[in-house]
Amino acid sequence: MTKSGFVTSSIGKKILMGITGLFLISFLLIHCFINALIFFNDGGETFNKGAEFMGTNWLIRAMEIVLFIGIFAHIFLALKLTIDNRKARPVGYMVVNGSANSTWYSRWMGLLGTLILMFLVIHLKHFWVVSRFTDEITSGKETMFDEMREVFENPIVVAVYCLSMVSLAYHLLHGFQSSFQSLGLNHKKYTPIIKSIGIIFAILIPLIFASMPIVMHFGIIK
Amino acid sequence: MSHGNMNLTLKVWKQKNKDTKGRFETYHAKGISPDMSFLEMFDVVNEQLITENKEPIAFDHDCREGICGACSMYINGRPHGPKGGVTTCQLHMRSFKSGDTIVVEPWRSAAFPVIKDLAVDRSSFDRIIAAGGFVNVNTGNAKDANNILINKDHADEAFNAAACIGCGACVAACKNSSAMLFVSAKVSQLALLPQGQIEREDRVLNMVKQMDEEGFGNCTNIGACEAECPKSISLENIARMNREYSSAILAQNKLHH
Ligand code: HEM
Ligand code: SF4
Ligand code: FES
Repeated sequence: MTKSGFVTSSIGKKILMGITGLFLISFLLIHCFINALIFFNDGGETFNKGAEFMGTNWLIRAMEIVLFIGIFAHIFLALKLTIDNRKARPVGYMVVNGSANSTWYSRWMGLLGTLILMFLVIHLKHFWVVSRFTDEITSGKETMFDEMREVFENPIVVAVYCLSMVSLAYHLLHGFQSSFQSLGLNHKKYTPIIKSIGIIFAILIPLIFASMPIVMHFGIIK
Repeated sequence: MSHGNMNLTLKVWKQKNKDTKGRFETYHAKGISPDMSFLEMFDVVNEQLITENKEPIAFDHDCREGICGACSMYINGRPHGPKGGVTTCQLHMRSFKSGDTIVVEPWRSAAFPVIKDLAVDRSSFDRIIAAGGFVNVNTGNAKDANNILINKDHADEAFNAAACIGCGACVAACKNSSAMLFVSAKVSQLALLPQGQIEREDRVLNMVKQMDEEGFGNCTNIGACEAECPKSISLENIARMNREYSSAILAQNKLHH
């Protein structure tokens, strides 16, 4: 029997891609839920409680490390896959009619992911760096809600956040159902259900996220 | 062969051999009948080229009835042309309009090097099959037919997977040049049948290993393969192969540690 390396095999990489993708999806769900607490419109009181819980609970802090490992693994694998796949077709076609057999966003996952990565850097700088590496929040000078209001005063930031959520939506539109297929979870009855949930998730979650900078900018939530 | 009245401009990839660089060459196909197959149209062009003492266009073909998988042509950006569920030999000229310009390219993949013009070397597929796409049987007297009972659903699924003709359109269509649909069809066909159980784990491990070594790309589930496959092989086979692979990896570690 041949011993084969799971992690270096094409299918092994796909399965890890699927696991990290689903893990990131579960993170998005929790993140969206906590942030949506601003919609209580109580001057950020409930939201700040949620943010403080997320910032201090040891389990959440431990999961934060897992999250960074997950994102890093997802990006590393995505890069490796994208580079290897380029090499698999050294001479390209003159005419490609891709729209005849697949969706554009499924073919551009690498680009959509890179846009998300650029957003992540900006986003972490706005909130995560401020709360973890400065004493703005811990000293009580400012709450997370104040920080949010400050960041979203800038209309360019609001636009960047909204456009990034469009990238995320398309990434998920393909990614959600794709991760189940990668894990081998394909079923006559359940796959159509998974696909429907995927479409709802891919539209709803980014939409809720995108609405946050907008309502903060225009002072609808204050 | 009935003569027709279609006139077409062809832009065809010409390449002397594996080691030279190719280029597109323009040809004019005149008096083509809409009832001709795409390959018959090429025959007409080639006969004309031969009478003009020019070199004919090299392309693969054998059965000309959609069962051998030889007729690899990437036509106007799609393997086997604009119609779903057919091979190039089953594509008729009535799918085009007189005056059309048609671009014809070979399959493009590191694992399918061009031999000449539109003919590519698909022996990478053969090596994948040799790595595990078989069952062991006892020699001796022939057994009675039908003495192994097979679940009807499994038999149907295996039969659907067995419809794969190894044409390579899935690889040609895939933006990643992945061979997952082909390999998964072969793995599924045997994994679903009682006769395939003995080699089941080794088969998927060895075939995937060979597939990776041949330089095919990684699947990202865009589904172009399924959409372009002339035999409509389903993506479900890829999911099944991913399951087969995971369980084989687990079983292998159980035996070896
Ligand atoms: C919150 C952020 C993200 C989420 C929720 C997410 C989610 C997903 C999911 C579910 C998949 C499908 C996995 C599969 O098919 O098995 C996927 C694929 C992919 N992701 Fe992401 N992703 C995120 C960020 C990123 C980033 C930052 C990059 C790149 C820099 C990236 C690049 C890719 C690529 C190239 C694929 C396609 C590869 C494949 O299908 O195998 N993603 N993503
Ligand atoms: S899976 Fe379909 S496209 Fe791929 S080799 Fe088999 S018949 Fe051809
Ligand atoms: S020539 Fe045999 S399938 Fe087309």
